[in-house]
Amino acid sequence: MTAAVARSTAHSIVEASPRSKAVAGGLVILYAVITILPLLWIVATAFKSQSDAIAYPPKVIFEPTLEGYVNLFTVRTRQTPDFIAKLPPPETWYDKLVRQRDMVIAGPSKVVPRFVNSLIIGFGSTFLAVFLGTLAAYAFSRFRIPLADDLLFFILSTRMMPPVAVAIPIYLMYRQLNLTDTRLGMILLYTAVNVSLAVWLLKGFIDEIPREYEEAALVDGYTRLQALRKVVLPQAVTGIAATAIFCLIFSWNEYAFAVLLTSGEAQTMPPFIPFIIGEGGQDWPAVAAATTLFVVPIVLFTVLLRKHLLRGITFGAVRK
Amino acid sequence: MDKMTTISQPDDATIASMSEPARSRATRRVRGLSDRTIAWLFVAPTIALLLAINIFPLVWMIRLSFTSLNLSMSYLPLRFVGTDNFTDILGDEDVWFRLQTTAQFVIWSVTFQVIIGFGLALLINRQFRGHSFWTTIILLPMMLSPAVVGNFWTLLLQPQIGPFNYLISLFTGVAPSSFSMTGQVSLAPWTIVLVDTWMWAPYVMLICLAGLRSIPDYIYEAAEVDRASAWRQFWSITLPMAVPFLMLAVLFRAIENFKMFDMVNLLTSGGPGSTTELVSITLKRAAFEKWRTGYSSALAIILFVTVFGAANIYVKALNKVKQR
Repeated sequence: MTAAVARSTAHSIVEASPRSKAVAGGLVILYAVITILPLLWIVATAFKSQSDAIAYPPKVIFEPTLEGYVNLFTVRTRQTPDFIAKLPPPETWYDKLVRQRDMVIAGPSKVVPRFVNSLIIGFGSTFLAVFLGTLAAYAFSRFRIPLADDLLFFILSTRMMPPVAVAIPIYLMYRQLNLTDTRLGMILLYTAVNVSLAVWLLKGFIDEIPREYEEAALVDGYTRLQALRKVVLPQAVTGIAATAIFCLIFSWNEYAFAVLLTSGEAQTMPPFIPFIIGEGGQDWPAVAAATTLFVVPIVLFTVLLRKHLLRGITFGAVRK
Repeated sequence: MDKMTTISQPDDATIASMSEPARSRATRRVRGLSDRTIAWLFVAPTIALLLAINIFPLVWMIRLSFTSLNLSMSYLPLRFVGTDNFTDILGDEDVWFRLQTTAQFVIWSVTFQVIIGFGLALLINRQFRGHSFWTTIILLPMMLSPAVVGNFWTLLLQPQIGPFNYLISLFTGVAPSSFSMTGQVSLAPWTIVLVDTWMWAPYVMLICLAGLRSIPDYIYEAAEVDRASAWRQFWSITLPMAVPFLMLAVLFRAIENFKMFDMVNLLTSGGPGSTTELVSITLKRAAFEKWRTGYSSALAIILFVTVFGAANIYVKALNKVKQR
């Protein structure tokens, strides 16, 4: 008894006891497993056949197939078995797979152009937002700008509008400027939304770089711009990269503007995925396949960003 | 003027008091662009972009909110109707009902997220082995596209083929097809709260974790010396010191959920009936289905003023708590 008391006071209070650690660990792991199940279910559904995907009871064990992915990338037409029998033998494995379902491939689906749109709009708006954001953040961090706090708050307040509300005048404006359903229009809009995040985050990162480095460079005869390029930017690289990933994730995931302002040409993945339909409603394996492909980069980014995540989601209000 | 700015913007007196080589360097630097010019060159593009894409449309929308513009009848001349749109909206029972639906969604989802998020943060803060890996797993849902999340949850919640109803029936014995999470008036409001909590509890967790880690160890050590119970330590150290972080998390979540459109639009699209019709969905229908641009502009402005006002009051309260 006395030994136990001695032991419990011996370790630092900050260090939890092994038993409480085990209990905490068990609970957290339980939550993590439950919370990840929906995602795993979708990844699994992508490898199911159409009938397995809508089976009752839901199938946990099934024979994996790439049908979902094939359906995602192709447009198919149903044919009679006689017609298919008369065709020359299938040239590829996916031709073969489709013919087993009494169908033939009629052409590629729209998923690749939509994916390309997501990439172009995502990277375009990220590049612009980070470029503009870095300049503005540097100015806010290093120079006295009249009404700086008001300007910073103004930049942030543009994020408080519901996206649907912002879309109303943008829709009218883009109609006048012929920017509706164009990649340029979406890039400009996403840049405007992202630049507020970029300025706030980057200002935090640049504030942390000691001014003494630049001042030393200035005394050595560098101009401001040279000092920025050769001294500040190299030190801010991690912050800039983290900010860029946050902007990219926003553009990648954005739905409201995309669905209201694009219909074809410039449509990105989020409004496209729910409308992948097969015969009779959503083609769930294909939808799941698209979701999986769409989510994989996000998972990678989350792992990469782990250290800066907190800053990013709070606009730099909380730093670790 | 603080020390730093004096150095970056030397006035004549400082230059005069410098030694000879330093003076020549300072004047040489000024020959490039002056700091003031650079500051404006750097800030101007961002401000210009925001003016063009955010402020100009906003001002235009304010103008439109006083008109009866309907885009499906845009051949009609623009007619100014004064504050008719605003009085229409504020006198409309349906709008108040949507605002109530939204408020209930915000309150319940944020409450659950705070409870689960804070709980998880307390557990993770015990720093068990592998906590970093599991934390990353828990964080994944909030990084996903809300639209994609709303879409794939409709599969998970399908009464017949979805695994959710099946699991519920395994544990409770209720037939899986006897209830529909998205199709039933009594369940749908809770379904959007459930999916939103699944997605965003990690967000609160992450902020709370930062709060817990900001509490210096010596406070707990002092409490230990005073033989304060674990319970007492939680109520008089952990909770009060985490409150500013919790409040910040609540602020961000409340604003985001008040604006909620994407996830719910795909999960229930406001249904069944209008049980989950959040005010953003109403706005979308007025603006992009009925094309009542004048009316919806007025509604958008009312929403913006509401968020902005509430957020300002809240931030004042937050600052008071921080100062304590």
